[in-house]
Amino acid sequence: MSLDLHTIIDSDGKAPKAKDPNLPAAELQKLYRLMVTTRLMDDRGLALQRQGRIGFYLQSTGQEASHLGTAYALKQSDWLFPAYRQPGILLLREVPIDQIVCEWFGNSGDTSKGRQMPVHYSFRRANFVSISSPIGTQLTQAAGAGMAARIRGDDTVFMTFCGDGGTSSNDFHTGLNFAGVYKAPVVFVVENNGWAISVPGHKQTASESYAIKAHAYGMPGVRVDGNDILAVYAVTKAAVDRARRGEGPTLIETVTYRIASHSSSDDASRYHDAKVHESWKKKDPIQRFQKYLEHKKLWNAKFEAEVIEGAKAAIQAAVTAAEAMPNPAPETLFDDVYMNPTAQLKEQKQQLLDLMAKGAVGSEVGHFPL
Amino acid sequence: MSATDSKSSTSKPGVKVMTLIEAVTDALRTEMANDDRVVVFGEDVGKKGGVFGATMGIQDQFGETRCFDTPLSECGIIGAAVGMAVYGMRPVAEIQFLDFIYPAFDQIVSEAAKMRYRSGGEYTCPMVIRSPYGGGIRGGHYHSQSSEAYFCHTPGLKVVIPSTPADAKGLLIAAIRDEDPVMFLEPKKIYRHGKGEVPLGEHVVPIGKGRIAREGTDCTVVAYGAMVSVCEQAAEMAAQQGRSIEVLDLRTLVPLDEPMLLESVRKTGRCVVVYEAPKTCGYGAEIAAIVAEKCIEYLEGPVVRVAGFDTPFPYTLEHLYMPDVARVLAGIDKSFHW
Repeated sequence: MSLDLHTIIDSDGKAPKAKDPNLPAAELQKLYRLMVTTRLMDDRGLALQRQGRIGFYLQSTGQEASHLGTAYALKQSDWLFPAYRQPGILLLREVPIDQIVCEWFGNSGDTSKGRQMPVHYSFRRANFVSISSPIGTQLTQAAGAGMAARIRGDDTVFMTFCGDGGTSSNDFHTGLNFAGVYKAPVVFVVENNGWAISVPGHKQTASESYAIKAHAYGMPGVRVDGNDILAVYAVTKAAVDRARRGEGPTLIETVTYRIASHSSSDDASRYHDAKVHESWKKKDPIQRFQKYLEHKKLWNAKFEAEVIEGAKAAIQAAVTAAEAMPNPAPETLFDDVYMNPTAQLKEQKQQLLDLMAKGAVGSEVGHFPL
Repeated sequence: MSATDSKSSTSKPGVKVMTLIEAVTDALRTEMANDDRVVVFGEDVGKKGGVFGATMGIQDQFGETRCFDTPLSECGIIGAAVGMAVYGMRPVAEIQFLDFIYPAFDQIVSEAAKMRYRSGGEYTCPMVIRSPYGGGIRGGHYHSQSSEAYFCHTPGLKVVIPSTPADAKGLLIAAIRDEDPVMFLEPKKIYRHGKGEVPLGEHVVPIGKGRIAREGTDCTVVAYGAMVSVCEQAAEMAAQQGRSIEVLDLRTLVPLDEPMLLESVRKTGRCVVVYEAPKTCGYGAEIAAIVAEKCIEYLEGPVVRVAGFDTPFPYTLEHLYMPDVARVLAGIDKSFHW
């Protein structure tokens, strides 16, 4: 049994009328702007890391349609339990670029108070749940949150992401199994980008696809061309609506490709197949959508220039502002361990502050060396 | 030719200057050639040679059957290792960062650690879990943890932490040869930090034996992993203040070299234990308890712990979190003035 690959926009940018979701012109241009801004933001993030100005960065290059097309199908009040490669969703949900960039610097403007490595975002204002590095943990949490919404009678839908590697985690099995049993209103998105750092898909699973694993958990599985933002949106909207009607979870596999290395610590040229890599570059999601918009007379060189300049200006302003901000105050190290600090924490805080008052404290700062 | 000259390949016959991570690779190469039951696996260890390069060249040399990449599943890696060990192989499994080991915790604690005991000795689990641990590389919560205490608290496991390249090689070979499951924790901060002479070929450092890193008479400072060199630097500064500090490198946390520890504290009368893990219930608490229990009449002052704080490991403020020379000196001072 094989699952067909859903697709709408062809390589020339044409979309059959029957399949076109017919989004309003302003929305189409907004999606394009979001994709381009995400890519430019990613480019800047990596550049800053290479310059030693931030400690780490991880890009979503080539996967803009995959995570934006899916998240776009949600309502603002729906929740996200993301992995660490879906930065465009922050822009979609109107998190100011300033705040995103503060997180890269881990400075006093960071909403997470400089606690985590770059790109491990948390934005309550966007219903974007805090990201962790361990793989797959968000999947089971999304199932649980879905269970909670059902208990409370809310119509919230939950979307959660993982990669092809994430499907091998304990939490993939547990999260999908729970969601299936409890009919949780969850859309599980597996972004199949072909790699788990250096481990290719054929070493990750013997299954013919990731989407088909859904059947083991009693939910529909859908395969979609992850570089076709309209197809991604269309299948996801169906899944979101299903969940909201109380019909339970869906697993969506977006077939895409990781154009960049795993992170700033990885050099994929050491293990990528150059021919495969080049062939995927030709399927760039932004270029394909650009052609579609051009056919609809919603894109031209002037629009392109305006989108790019606007994005670059916003990113630059954010970087300039963030770089000027100080680190979080030392005292903040001891906050938020619990709601109320313990006696031990208060004692340890005082010991550190006393030592700092004497002028002798750590200045040695390493770098993520990979 | 200087022993620390990085351009020389050998300073003495049978010895090569290398980094700690190179010593790990050398240990794997040496023991895989020596014993064909040894297999190496984990995420990204094969083609890529490991995210830190610990298994660089191993797959090329020994083939994919003996060195391979696994699906993304710590539970799978360790559970499979248990099965292989029970069946008679000598698996050396890598967990990419110790912070990621928790999905495998059940297999380690419930299975690997208890296999010999629960079967009355019928089944044993000779396996090694290698994993980079500790902070100092701007890795934040999930690339910096020192979780050794969880494993020290599990009867049936051995826990080994080298601090020098020579010890990394010797202890890893010893761990692979050990008949019991060994957690081999590699201090990632010093993977490439400094170089040291490492004996070529067969080189074994016994598990369960510590090392006196620096001799002294006034205070014993106990450390392991990346903290050893921090304590050595503190000892050098203390010497300028007229205090003679003895620095112990434990090398094995379980089973602990108690005679070395007690002999040192009986000599100096003071004990400071330094560990980067969170203070409460960290391994240093065990050292403090043993010293208090068995050396009380020799102590001139309280046993002092210099440790990480009881918070998750922070990103931006990492330099304030990790015990540094200043904090170690403050701890030493406290053992003198209390």
